[in-house]
Amino acid sequence: MAEISLHGVTKTFGKTEVIHPTDVTIDDGEFVVMVGPSGCGKSTLLRMIAGLETTTSGEVRIAGKRVNEVEPKDRNIAMVFQNYALYPHMSVYDNMAYGLKIRKLAKDDIEKRVQRAAKILELGPYLQRKPRELSGGQRQRVAMGRAIVREPAAFLFDEPLSNLDAKLRVQMRLEIQKLHRELRTTSVYVTHDQVEAMTLANRMIVINAGVVEQIGAPLEVYDNPASLFVAGFIGSPSMNFMPGRRAGDGVDVGEGLVIPLPPEARAGAREQVTVGVRPEHFVAGAGGGGPVFRLHVDTVESLGADSLLHAGFNGTLLVVRIEGHSTPKAGTALDVSILPGKAYFFDTATGKRLSA
Amino acid sequence: MAMEKRVVFKSAWLPYVLLLPQLTITALFFFWPAAQAVYFSFQLQDAFGMTSQFVWFQNYVDLFKDSHYVSSFKVTAFFSVMVATCGILISLMLATMADSVVRGALAYKTFLIWPYAVAPAIAGVLWAFIFAPSIGIVTYFLKQFGIDWNWIINSEQAMLLVVIASVWKQISYNFLFFLAGLQSIPKSLIEAAAIDGAGPFRRFWTIVFPLLSPTTFFLLVMNIIYSFFDTFGVIDATTQGGPGDATKILVYKVYYDGVKAADLGGSSAQSVILMAIVITLTVIQFRYIERRVQY
Repeated sequence: MAEISLHGVTKTFGKTEVIHPTDVTIDDGEFVVMVGPSGCGKSTLLRMIAGLETTTSGEVRIAGKRVNEVEPKDRNIAMVFQNYALYPHMSVYDNMAYGLKIRKLAKDDIEKRVQRAAKILELGPYLQRKPRELSGGQRQRVAMGRAIVREPAAFLFDEPLSNLDAKLRVQMRLEIQKLHRELRTTSVYVTHDQVEAMTLANRMIVINAGVVEQIGAPLEVYDNPASLFVAGFIGSPSMNFMPGRRAGDGVDVGEGLVIPLPPEARAGAREQVTVGVRPEHFVAGAGGGGPVFRLHVDTVESLGADSLLHAGFNGTLLVVRIEGHSTPKAGTALDVSILPGKAYFFDTATGKRLSA
Repeated sequence: MAMEKRVVFKSAWLPYVLLLPQLTITALFFFWPAAQAVYFSFQLQDAFGMTSQFVWFQNYVDLFKDSHYVSSFKVTAFFSVMVATCGILISLMLATMADSVVRGALAYKTFLIWPYAVAPAIAGVLWAFIFAPSIGIVTYFLKQFGIDWNWIINSEQAMLLVVIASVWKQISYNFLFFLAGLQSIPKSLIEAAAIDGAGPFRRFWTIVFPLLSPTTFFLLVMNIIYSFFDTFGVIDATTQGGPGDATKILVYKVYYDGVKAADLGGSSAQSVILMAIVITLTVIQFRYIERRVQY
């Protein structure tokens, strides 16, 4: 068990800075998810913690000790790879025992640990099989078993579920959650899937283009996105954005609609302001209390419990989530308003949230 | 399993016409001489090649009574084991190093592949010059260390020379296969082993080498076949089997007995035996490779 912290860590490949100075502290026993689009540098950060990638500057600390110069094997971490990275010529048992044998543990101790991990992960019947004789989900479990038996200070997960099909991914997500509840080992998990991030994380770190955009508990980030990027990236379907310009104490988003700025957002608001509204924060009619405006329903996606309307407003399509059965038909008009306090205001130029 | 791609020809005879050139070459340069060899191996010629008589297996019986032939067998065994082992070990080492360099990797790879373009006879001459008893550069340096180098009269040194020349020639081939094998091992496997606590040496022997074993086995067979046949040029250009019979491997003896000593029957019998050995090796190779799991 250990705390992991990054202090002003950067990484440059050639002349491009792929990780801008980053400070993060991951508490002991915490499950932190680093989430961002592919190529944002989240895997590079993880690999720097693992020691598979050198840091250009700054300091990585595990359990309070600087580890920049420490070999991966001496950092007391275990990693689960996207492609599992199982040793194909070894049985499941040997795959899990490999690291223990190298660390010269007693034979019966190895046996005990592997059997325990196999029990937790329900791999008992497969211990003598080779990885190629296992399904994707089972291979994933072996990869986790290999990490568990080591009883490391921290688990590092590098997109561990992205090679699985949708159903298995949900199942494995729950298993990882359960595992963390039982073991309470510090975990850093990298994914591009914001659903995984939302469901697994104690705290999540949203990364974009090598910059940490926001750190916080999933709902906190969801409710209070710090920037346009975070607002658009977290949440599915993603937040609607309406570009507008400042008009007195409101923002004019076109078609005569002026959305009032809350007092705390007024000071920072410059000329160009983008208004963001999540699909579920529209209500039919005047229910929201604010100004009512008209949308033109273009497409309807009925998902059962609710429906997604793709509706035109001022030349762009907004996504509106409404309750499932009273859906308007495509081609009709729909009057909506925004729930109180659920409009988000961003500086269009900097992407920063106003007032947050 | 890979999908089988089948091309269907409209014409009935076109496929056969397309196969004809290759079949002609195979028939003309392999099947016919092979059949001839089998036929001649049952014959005994007189000294001038005017008459011949059918002697059943007499040529074969004579061969195994002949101490020269048995010694050639031993020479060949030693030679091919040396060539295959040294060739594989050195090229595995080179491939591992070339795989891990970052800067100038292409240059290293190119240089290491070049020797493959050199004909065996040229390679032989090249090394014969470098190690020439009177004018060789290596001979000169060896003399500085008090080593008397003369492969023309020293049989161990003659063997060493042909082994060096043959290995040098074959390294490129092995290197290419090993490099391809190394590059097909996912990098994350090595990283996983590194995190599991294995140092570079241990990673190599517990992960990389086992995963290369199909390649290694393939190369072992290919190198043995190479040392049995393709090294003829190397030997002919350097020691010509000498001194004495010290470097007279089977294929060179076939040539020597047949062409120089005009013992057509005995030479044919030898080449039939050689053929049988290679066919056996190839069969083992295919059987093994087919059963082998591809990782």
